[in-house]
Amino acid sequence: MYERMNLIRAFEEACVQLYMEKEIRGSLHPCVGQEATAVGACFAINPDDYMTCTYRGHGACIAKGIDVNAAMAEMLNRKTGISKGKGGSMHWTDPSIGLLGENAIVAGGVPIAAGAAFSAQLDGDGRVALTFFGDGAINQGAFHEALNLAQLWNLPLILLCENNLYAEMTPLAMSNPLKQIADRAKGYNMRSMVVDGNDVCAVYDTVKKAAKFARDGKGPTFIEAHTYRLLGHMIGDSETYRTKEEVAQWRQRDPIKRLAEHLIANEKLSQADLDAIHARVEAKIAGAVKFAKESPYPDPEEVHTDFWL
Amino acid sequence: MRELTYTQALREALTEEMERDPNIILLGEDIGNYGGVFRVTEGLIHKFGDKRVKDTPISEAGFVGLSVGMAMTGKRPVAELMFMDFALVCADQIWNQAAKLRSMSGGRVQMPLMIRSQQGGGRGNGAQHSQSFETLFTHLPGFKVVLPATPADAKGLLKSALRDPNPVMFIEHKLLYNTKGDVPEGEHLVPLGKADVKRAGSDLTIVSYSRQLLFALEAAETLQKDHGISAEVVDLRCTVPMDIDTVIASLKKTHRLLITHESHAACGIGAEVAMRVMERAFDELDAPIMRVAGMDLPIHSAKSLEEQVLPQPPAIVAGALKLMKGG
Repeated sequence: MYERMNLIRAFEEACVQLYMEKEIRGSLHPCVGQEATAVGACFAINPDDYMTCTYRGHGACIAKGIDVNAAMAEMLNRKTGISKGKGGSMHWTDPSIGLLGENAIVAGGVPIAAGAAFSAQLDGDGRVALTFFGDGAINQGAFHEALNLAQLWNLPLILLCENNLYAEMTPLAMSNPLKQIADRAKGYNMRSMVVDGNDVCAVYDTVKKAAKFARDGKGPTFIEAHTYRLLGHMIGDSETYRTKEEVAQWRQRDPIKRLAEHLIANEKLSQADLDAIHARVEAKIAGAVKFAKESPYPDPEEVHTDFWL
Repeated sequence: MRELTYTQALREALTEEMERDPNIILLGEDIGNYGGVFRVTEGLIHKFGDKRVKDTPISEAGFVGLSVGMAMTGKRPVAELMFMDFALVCADQIWNQAAKLRSMSGGRVQMPLMIRSQQGGGRGNGAQHSQSFETLFTHLPGFKVVLPATPADAKGLLKSALRDPNPVMFIEHKLLYNTKGDVPEGEHLVPLGKADVKRAGSDLTIVSYSRQLLFALEAAETLQKDHGISAEVVDLRCTVPMDIDTVIASLKKTHRLLITHESHAACGIGAEVAMRVMERAFDELDAPIMRVAGMDLPIHSAKSLEEQVLPQPPAIVAGALKLMKGG
């Protein structure tokens, strides 16, 4: 888990750099600081379980096992990208790892995951669906309709709210009257849990419980994970809505730093062990950037492919 | 051959295809126990069970959104919108999600999703239950758009659409359900994207589809009887893919073209057909193309007003006479 969290962090930092160098087009919404929710949740479900996430979903996709070379190539709009350069940053999709897509519409992935959960229920194959969304999504109509149906039909669905305190640039208190987001589940008669989203082991344990609950045919669980994005909503965000002190406080609770301290204090790992992991991660990301940069752009004639069947 | 209503033909197609393909799952409001407001799905819940005929809450964004996820995971969902007007409350699921996910994933996901709905006016339902949206579905890429006008086409097109691997918007008309016609038994497949000459003629070509096609045929009879004008009537049947070849083949005989639809005129199917014809067959035209389409107004409830907004057979006759004088 530590290595995967570092891989996500390094991937996102490389993307920020490439964005500044104008190698990446479009929007970039880094998930730096939210790696524990991604890794804790995805490691707690099976490789063939379904998942949807958001435009801040690189972490979840990497945690679920996306090929980082193909992911980086997609960031650079290359033909070798996970979506052949047609999707960009916000639409990574790979059904071979259960990934039914990031989504650029807030709450867009929630009904889709519920539909995948319905397929799993109809097939009786024991799969579950996990959907990531932010605190902003809980005010969308599609979110409400999906939760209502998920509980009504007892779907094997795990709803993971990454509460990072800001819906784009709007603080939570300005977008929602609830003190505790998880309380929203009460309105659907749905089970809910709250977890420290920057504690990867706590996220893992919580999602594991929710997955078992779903596989046992007991229905969906709403999980509120408290976390924080250490960078802006997107590159270029002036971040005038929060103080430097607040960001500094959350840096103290950086999930990667916390896990490193835990591993050294309790799991008998040395700094040298961690450095070896860091070196592996750096090499992997350097390799991904090299792969992406050396890959061709899509041929203009590919404009018509992958649409109609 | 036996005679069936449009409703019976649709039900027969659904039944046959659900027997053939266990992945077809119907979802919608009151489609199961109640049998559907327009009775199309009547009895199917008893035949196929409540797992395959799923009654939903009044929650279009919810069940169309779920259908998108189902289509990506091996199912062939058929989401029924009770009225086409409700497409606007699940517009994100239709156009941002279903229509685009295959392309945005570089072809990594499949989207064999169908939305079935009925549209159109003529019953005084007012502006939120009478609209026609084939133009929206034609303008925004991603859905095949099917609009059967006869019971035989209703069955044959629905069966084909339920085997198509792409998203399909299958559009019925509320005033066609009780119409009757001969319908072939068993395996009757009408290919998507193939127009059909419903009436042969030599003086002008009238292009239409859905219920307006019946008005076009009625107008053609009047033109023959009262004016000695022979109109050929082409049923477009699908607006995506749009079969312009058949329109042009007819135009090469008649050299005059009138397009009629009940949906709004502005940026509509008539405009699109006219443009495509001009791009490819301008020299075949002996007169400017004529359009007889719905007014660009909300659809009023009172019959006297609704029949102004939605073009009736006399308006098609008047348009055709004007067209015959021009050129």
